[in-house]
Amino acid sequence: MSENSSVGIVAPKIAHFNEPLTLKSGQVLPQFNLIYETYGELNADKSNAVLICHALSGHHHVAGKHSENDKNPGWWDNLIGPGKPLDTNKFFVIGLNNLGGCHGSSGPLSTNPDTDRPWGASFPIVTVEDWVNSQARLADYLGIKQLAAVLGGSLGGMQALQWSIAYPERMRHALVIASAPNLTAQNIAFNEVARQAIITDPEFYEGDYYNHGALPRRGLRIARMLGHITYLSDDAMGAKFGRKLRDGNIKYGFDVEFEMESYLRYQGDKFAGEFDANTYLRMTRALDYFDPALEYGGDLSAALAQVTADFLVVSFTSDWRFSPARSREIVKALLDNELSVSYAEVTAAHGHDAFLMPDAHYHNIMRAYFGKIEV
Amino acid sequence: MGNLEKNIALNAENRADFALIAKWIAPNAKVLDLGCGDGALLTKLRKTHNVRAYGVEKDDANWLRAMNNGIDVIQMDLESGLSGFEAQSFDVVILSQTLQAVLNTEAIVKEMLRVGREVIVTFPNFGYWRYRFQLALSGHMPVSDTLPYQWYDTPNVHLCTIQDFDEFCRKSDIVIQERLVLTDKEAVHFMPNMMGALAMYRLRSK
Repeated sequence: MSENSSVGIVAPKIAHFNEPLTLKSGQVLPQFNLIYETYGELNADKSNAVLICHALSGHHHVAGKHSENDKNPGWWDNLIGPGKPLDTNKFFVIGLNNLGGCHGSSGPLSTNPDTDRPWGASFPIVTVEDWVNSQARLADYLGIKQLAAVLGGSLGGMQALQWSIAYPERMRHALVIASAPNLTAQNIAFNEVARQAIITDPEFYEGDYYNHGALPRRGLRIARMLGHITYLSDDAMGAKFGRKLRDGNIKYGFDVEFEMESYLRYQGDKFAGEFDANTYLRMTRALDYFDPALEYGGDLSAALAQVTADFLVVSFTSDWRFSPARSREIVKALLDNELSVSYAEVTAAHGHDAFLMPDAHYHNIMRAYFGKIEV
Repeated sequence: MGNLEKNIALNAENRADFALIAKWIAPNAKVLDLGCGDGALLTKLRKTHNVRAYGVEKDDANWLRAMNNGIDVIQMDLESGLSGFEAQSFDVVILSQTLQAVLNTEAIVKEMLRVGREVIVTFPNFGYWRYRFQLALSGHMPVSDTLPYQWYDTPNVHLCTIQDFDEFCRKSDIVIQERLVLTDKEAVHFMPNMMGALAMYRLRSK
């Protein structure tokens, strides 16, 4: 197979779980579905499985295409495939959509089996811990006792970290990319503005917009615009848009004049047309709530006392939303527990989004680390 | 040769000081190597002493080599201190042939003594007679196999002599447990500050 080739045409599958799942909030999901995709082959002793955990707006479609003419390959297609840094000739890669999502797993858009109506706003608040518990069920379903690795960026990195805490015997390596051991006040603040944009949209109807034939597009759009600003660095924005005017001259009005505005509006509109507002609220809350050190008086090292996995932690110099300093907190806690950890601080201009970019050094790091994992 | 190639050449040259550093390491010790390069010293110590090894490396290419060599390597700049490491969390902290290239020399030595129960430091002795003669006779900054740089491209910003370092330890309340001086891989006992090319110190806090 050629270097850097694609996993090709892929199709999602749905796993149904009948056994109730008790959530961190105390609520119980009586049954649930998880939509997932897999790439590569599970080997005979089932030792080559890698789980990919998605971030805020991600899903199960991580690599490959859904059809020959599919314009959008999976969201981490540059990393995963035959001959790519996460080589599907060696590994069996699993991507899923988390609970509360809007891409096919049980969430606000799906039907509540008790009422036969969409869950809508009544879908429970789910946490990183709940996701990891549901992912462990998916591993059971696929017959995998121990994952070779769990990989995630941003909110996905939090899940990889949580896996190492909750299921030390069920995974060997954690790859925590552009992540943090909890959100800073500033980060929670951004999430709150995003949520307020959605919740105060007149079309939100307290989350019951489905029954009103409405969609809180304006709120979702503003939430996404704000998000986009924080995922990029000032330098990257400057390099890409600068003060460029779309039509070359100032018009003294409030329509789109700067390229920057055009980009944000485009991204906002696109997102508002395809993402569910109730899911967005839940994803941001999961981010806010994650804090494994909380039960240990803020002592992350104590929280990681049961961890046995080997770690790769990667941060990006221009990422101010999940800054290198936050990754170093994770590294310190791992070092305090004398765990095996390598930490790379990648020089990159793209801000938080850098973790999705095919930077050569970053991909060399990923290739080298996955190369070391025995299957 | 670029600086990187020079560094690798230096690493190969320094296996002599690696062997002597190894003699100062207890079996199964927890060891932190600052500026670990491609991880050659730690790889050796893991084989011979079964140490629990961690490396610190700033350079991307070296970091990747160290990781490929199976070393747990943390990418960071020594100049920003060792705040990512708990006090007295390592048996030994090593700074091999890097002291002369750091800016905050005093702060870094103190950080090493905070993190390690013991510290091993090695550096080229600028009091070595060849350097003295080169400067005195040619009027140029010394250039040699172990110091292969010109004054304008050298990473070595804090060159010192054995006498200088002894005095630094005395003033800073640092206990010199052992000192070894080498020239061409042979121990030097007579007039070490004049006759020794490489100095090796085993230090602890008072």
